[in-house]
Amino acid sequence: MPTGPEGSAGLLIIGSSQAGVQLAVSLRALGYEPPITLLGDENHRPYQRPALSKEFLQGAITKESLIYRTQEYWDEHRIRVVRNERIIRIDKRDDGSGVAHSMSGAEIAFDRLALTVGARARRLLVEGVDLPGVLYLRNADDALELKARVPMIKDVVVIGGGFIGIEAAASLNKMGRTVTLLEAGPRLVGRAVGAETSSYLLDHHRQHGIDVVLDADVRRIVGSGDRVAGVELADGRVVPAELVLIGVGVIPNTELAESIGLECDNGIRVDAHALASDGVTVAVGDVANLPNPVPGAPEGDRIRFESVNNAVEQAKVAAYAIVGRPEEYAGVPWFWSNQADLKLQIAGLSAGHDLTVVRQDEAKGKYSVLYYRGDAIIAADCVNAPLDFMAVKAAIASGAAIPPGEAADPAVQLKSISRNPS
Amino acid sequence: MPTITYTDATGSARVVEANVGDSVMETAVRNGVPGIVAECGGSLSCATCHVFVDEADFAALPPMEEMEDEMLWGAAVERQDTSRLCCQIKVTDGMDLHVTTPETQV
Ligand SMILES: Cc1cc2nc3c(=O)[nH]c(=O)nc-3n(C[C@H](O)[C@H](O)[C@H](O)COP(=O)(O)OP(=O)(O)OC[C@H]3O[C@@H](n4cnc5c(N)ncnc54)[C@H](O)[C@@H]3O)c2cc1C
Ligand code: FES
Repeated sequence: MPTGPEGSAGLLIIGSSQAGVQLAVSLRALGYEPPITLLGDENHRPYQRPALSKEFLQGAITKESLIYRTQEYWDEHRIRVVRNERIIRIDKRDDGSGVAHSMSGAEIAFDRLALTVGARARRLLVEGVDLPGVLYLRNADDALELKARVPMIKDVVVIGGGFIGIEAAASLNKMGRTVTLLEAGPRLVGRAVGAETSSYLLDHHRQHGIDVVLDADVRRIVGSGDRVAGVELADGRVVPAELVLIGVGVIPNTELAESIGLECDNGIRVDAHALASDGVTVAVGDVANLPNPVPGAPEGDRIRFESVNNAVEQAKVAAYAIVGRPEEYAGVPWFWSNQADLKLQIAGLSAGHDLTVVRQDEAKGKYSVLYYRGDAIIAADCVNAPLDFMAVKAAIASGAAIPPGEAADPAVQLKSISRNPS
Repeated sequence: MPTITYTDATGSARVVEANVGDSVMETAVRNGVPGIVAECGGSLSCATCHVFVDEADFAALPPMEEMEDEMLWGAAVERQDTSRLCCQIKVTDGMDLHVTTPETQV
């Protein structure tokens, strides 16, 4: 493969998804001139993932609408997009330059490297996971396979009650399948939302016909002939399934980074400017372990986010670092999860809260949980309540107060009781 | 082909040919029109695809749903009478839509 003009190899971005795409786009917007190669191992034009478990699975949108940019855009901005090439080895010099080697034998020289290699689905280690009809959902190929099988099946078991499992379960239920959701823990989305929100989601999805089993102890996946036939639980019960979808979390793809000596610990460790331990390589997105960017976060606290918002915001910070105008990344992390007719929006991080306030308007189907640490509002989970979500996100960003006593009345608009810091 | 004209806050305009069935947001993002962030990719969760629709074009658009209306109250730049979230506007046959993007989306 050719390198850039006149010896300048420019920037190589490995991983052409949310983080890699945003990094390339932001660099050009900041006037970065050297060549940019945006390389990924999937045989698709760079596309966004969130709809794979929602609108795309349900057939509400086509694959075309997942594509980030037209080819004309990439050409015009001199961003070389390489697909279907997997990097398996990197020779890197101390100044950050080097050569990346792909599985097909291609060599790509770079002056500077960005690792936006994301994460992969965690595999479930039980008997029967290799049976045809047992699927994971991380990328477009997974989603295409899942989508192709849905018309041929009736009974589905989803293993894992995190966001992806619930979203897929809700989509499949809406599409008329009989869905059983098996969650190993005592509540849904235990990692990301509080107990009130978990129980709200549980009630909602049960009422809509999903059979949710908590504290489920999956023993093995059983087959019939060469196909999956069900999932066996520790109590001996076998839940029938012609399709089993596993969504039990992700593992950050740190192998390349480790091989070139970058510090890794639940992700590639980066500083507030997205720089890895060698001081030049940047790492962004699901693969990065970064200092908690939330204003007022405990000193030394680190976090790895799996969200679009983080990939986008952190990519901008990395772009600034690359053009030599480093900025600190401070932001209010936010996340959304559409679960059939239910829209969950989360602002901030609820870890470390000592008070929750629940706002519920049953008639309108609105439900929010606000999280406080001392007097300060630090997060909110909002279901079909965008006004609450927006108000809390704005308050956290500006350091405004939302008095918990007044907020408890769901008829009160949060925006109207937000008090700016004096 | 339908066309969408995106004018930014400083008044400079860009005309983009659009495909029927795409949203006005998708058309902007795929072609790299600055001023539309669209973090949530059109799933009505982020309000970073806010536009002001030209008054002459506004009435002809299908009305917005309640969720869009609520989200607009949280847009980074105050909403106006002709505000819409453009991920909710579908390009139709013969459309010649004019929108202005706000100064910032975040
Ligand atoms: C089904 C699904 C639904 C989601 N829903 C939401 C949602 O509603 N809201 C939200 O905020 N987030 C959601 N997410 C999370 C969001 O999509 C991720 O946070 C985001 O994609 C992270 O982007 P990334 O670029 O860091 O990593 P990734 O998207 O994981 O991309 C990394 C890319 O690098 C490639 N790669 C890895 N190693 C190599 C190599 N050696 N050589 C070449 N290429 C390589 C991978 O194949 C991949 O294409 C969802 C994710 C999934 C899977
Ligand atoms: S793109 Fe997010 S609300 Fe329109």
